[in-house]
Amino acid sequence: MTDLAHIRNFAIIAHIDHGKSTLADRLIQFCGGLEAREMREQVLDSMDIERERGITIKAQTVRLAYTARNGESYELNLMDTPGHVDFAYEVSRSLAACEGSLLVVDASQGVEAQTLANVYQAIEANHEIVPVLNKIDLPAAEPQRVKQQIEEVIGLDASGAVEISAKTGLNIQEVLEALVHRLPPPRGDAAAPLKALLVDSWYDSYLGVVILVRVKDGVLKSGLKVRFMATGAAHPVERVGVFTPKGVPVPELGPGEIGFITAGIKTVADCRIGDTITEDRRPAAEALPGFKPLQPVVFCGLFPTDAADYDHLRDSLAKLRLNDASFEYEPETSAALGFGFRCGFLGLLHLEIIQERLEREFNLNLITTAPSVVYHIHLTNGEAMALHNPVDMPDPVKIDHIEEPWIKATVLVPDDYLGGVLALCEERRGVQLDLTYAGTRAMVVYRLPLNEVVFDFYDRLKSVSRGYASFDYQMDGYSEGDLVLMNILVNSEPVDALAIIVHRSQAERRGRALCERLKELIPRQLFLIAIQAAIGGRIIARETVKALRKDVLAKCYGGDITRKRKLLEKQKEGRKRMRQFGKVEIPQSAFLAALKMSDS
Amino acid sequence: MTPAPPGDGLDDLALYIHWPFCKSKCPYCDFNSHVREAVDQRRWRDALLADLDHAAVATGGRRLGSIFFGGGTPSLMAPDTVAALLARAARHWRFADDIEITLEANPSSVEAAAFGALGEAGVNRLSLGVQALDDDALRFLGRAHDAADALAAIELARRHFRRFSFDLIYARPGQSLAAWEAELARALALAGDHLSLYQLTIEPGTAFATSYARGAFALPDDELAAALYEATAAALAAAGLAAYEISNFARSGGESRHNLVYWRYGDYAGIGPGAHGRLTRAADRIATRQYRAPETWLAAVERQGHGRDESLDLAPEESRREALMMGLRLAEGVERRRFRARTGSELDAALDPARLPDLIEAGFIELDARGLRATPAGRQRLNAVLTALLAP
Repeated sequence: MTDLAHIRNFAIIAHIDHGKSTLADRLIQFCGGLEAREMREQVLDSMDIERERGITIKAQTVRLAYTARNGESYELNLMDTPGHVDFAYEVSRSLAACEGSLLVVDASQGVEAQTLANVYQAIEANHEIVPVLNKIDLPAAEPQRVKQQIEEVIGLDASGAVEISAKTGLNIQEVLEALVHRLPPPRGDAAAPLKALLVDSWYDSYLGVVILVRVKDGVLKSGLKVRFMATGAAHPVERVGVFTPKGVPVPELGPGEIGFITAGIKTVADCRIGDTITEDRRPAAEALPGFKPLQPVVFCGLFPTDAADYDHLRDSLAKLRLNDASFEYEPETSAALGFGFRCGFLGLLHLEIIQERLEREFNLNLITTAPSVVYHIHLTNGEAMALHNPVDMPDPVKIDHIEEPWIKATVLVPDDYLGGVLALCEERRGVQLDLTYAGTRAMVVYRLPLNEVVFDFYDRLKSVSRGYASFDYQMDGYSEGDLVLMNILVNSEPVDALAIIVHRSQAERRGRALCERLKELIPRQLFLIAIQAAIGGRIIARETVKALRKDVLAKCYGGDITRKRKLLEKQKEGRKRMRQFGKVEIPQSAFLAALKMSDS
Repeated sequence: MTPAPPGDGLDDLALYIHWPFCKSKCPYCDFNSHVREAVDQRRWRDALLADLDHAAVATGGRRLGSIFFGGGTPSLMAPDTVAALLARAARHWRFADDIEITLEANPSSVEAAAFGALGEAGVNRLSLGVQALDDDALRFLGRAHDAADALAAIELARRHFRRFSFDLIYARPGQSLAAWEAELARALALAGDHLSLYQLTIEPGTAFATSYARGAFALPDDELAAALYEATAAALAAAGLAAYEISNFARSGGESRHNLVYWRYGDYAGIGPGAHGRLTRAADRIATRQYRAPETWLAAVERQGHGRDESLDLAPEESRREALMMGLRLAEGVERRRFRARTGSELDAALDPARLPDLIEAGFIELDARGLRATPAGRQRLNAVLTALLAP
């Protein structure tokens, strides 16, 4: 147990690609946390997907032993936090476990929207913030301009910013010195009843559930029976340890310290992030502030491309949930796509990550339906319901009104592209809240309906700003909207997987775009195919795929038979991935591509 | 209803002999053809004879209804090699009285000079690769001859062979309906009892596949391709040549008896590089394949006495699919009794009962006591009809 004065707990805040993980690697290396042969890039991002996409999904910590220039030894706890808005709650819990943050900004790119959101969170958590300008060795680096930007946009004093290159290792020790001298030590009382913040948890196939904790008061040691204050569950602590970043057992964790425990817990669903862990026999009088259960905000259907993979998908979802209790799923049946699951996620990135992990780690081919948000439906009989799936939409005559979730979105963009960004936000029913300039960059804040954002908003934003806009958002309550259910009909039969809930003013545009897209995607067949978009019984868009006029091999002789038969068998095999609509069969790939619709 | 062409010969065997060499490789061609500076005619003759002897082990004594020299460019074979192969074949099999012996030829003047000798060697039907009657088109298709060569070769063929046919490739880049109809009228004036008219298709692995992918030229769209196909059938019917197969047209009795064996899914032996065979043995349908690369085949023959690379029993559903895929190309369709004889199962076992009614109602196929046929509308869309029709 280290005395409080020699402990510093800090997080690193950075926009994607600004060098957070590389800096973490350098700090670990400098403090000798790993032998040179154990170092690999982004040691803290343990999942393949994290390393490849350069994002952090799960919080990680590492304890560093640093002997400062003043000759004293310090315990530095680095908390690597997820940087994405989908994991904003985890970020806030991680930040609550630290007293300060390093704000890493790319010295040529400058401040981005994501940086802003996280900095505000750190400021809210009363953090001491040390600005760090990274990639100072690049020719395009403009440290003075970026410092000015930090002061203007964020309002932080950047005069003491540390200028580094995480890549070359330049000035890494200055970062460590700044941590020791500029960050406050934690406070706490070892004699008080135990109070530890549950920062994160994950499933380890050898240890079971591993819980990352920050001790506020009291002492955590093995054998102690602890109670989780939100769930009420009590378990005896089995192991206590810290990450260096390897897991190393320690006898105990005292106030201000960050480490892990195991307690014979089977699933992470039993460990709520933000919960307070206390001693069962001598509980704390009150829990740490700020606990809230996570609520999925984006829903979609996940279906196996091959129906035979349904059981495998179910088992895989169960396994993933062992490690990520923040998504939910329940069985769903679709006439177009067969048996699958309706799943809820914290946001679009979260959705993508789960989908990608299922495909990659569990070798599944998936079809993902259009993401939908949670609507609050108020019925004429006074009842209310939360709608997760468009196909569950009640009969319109029974609906009094519908509310949809809104977000507060912040976009930072070079002013050359501001016009396009404003037009996009207006087109998506946005309400402008703020527009300010910092140098040649504009910061615009909009209130937007979330259902307009889950539908190709990122792609459009990227294209109108040539990739220069950065975007972040936070949830901003529910408001009533004129929302309708739009069905897509193929030869008069509705395709449930393509049904969407849409604002009446957007229905025709979306309907036409979907019909046009499907027309391109559905190959000509022996019979004509009518594609329609409808609200109730009213057709709002229509396209026709003409019947095939010619489709035959010019030559087929004795030497061709085997090859042509195999071709035919492949085509026939492809029929298994088709869904029948009357006389025509539509390839699943057409629905899949229509669901992506990124360029409409 | 088109009457079934004659020469049914359900039990007759057909023999295919592959000559893999060409003077140059045409950009559209995906056949097993190769350009070599020199070919040792004697060595190749001996090897083909050995492969022929080997084919006779399993089939010798049967009646032979047709022989087909294909390629490559078999008109580049020494005529005495052709004569030697025919003489050896006559020792192994009984020739039908009206045996059809076809050889594929190019219309270049050098090759046409050998027509007389080839006729004397026993070839009685010539299939000429004319491909176009227009010099620009011939250049585009990478052919070594011009239109004048083609006309001269057709006249020579008429003189030296009892029967002859020639091939044309249409739906070429930029070809209008009117231009094709005019070319077709000239072709009909020159035709014997048979014409093969193929729409240009881009096959993987050809020079055209590369240049087409790069956007060097465009092909007619679906609508124009259909119009060209329909106009072709109409013009040929008016001239008395029935569309007995998707791309093959003949006066009554002028059908290629050899190719009918393929489409009727009869028995055929294949010798030479890359040649395929289909043989019925007891209840089994056997698929044979010779080594494809010329040198590999030659080495195999010289090492082991034959060029057989593979011989395998087809699964019942495989032979059912092959019989349907080939048979529905013919106007006469698939006869129940022939289907049963070749595949050992009933025709209905090969069909998807869930899809039949829609296909019949739409007028793409006809099913009755005699068998299954694709209508002209169905044949024109045979790929789609087959994928729908085949039992899952």
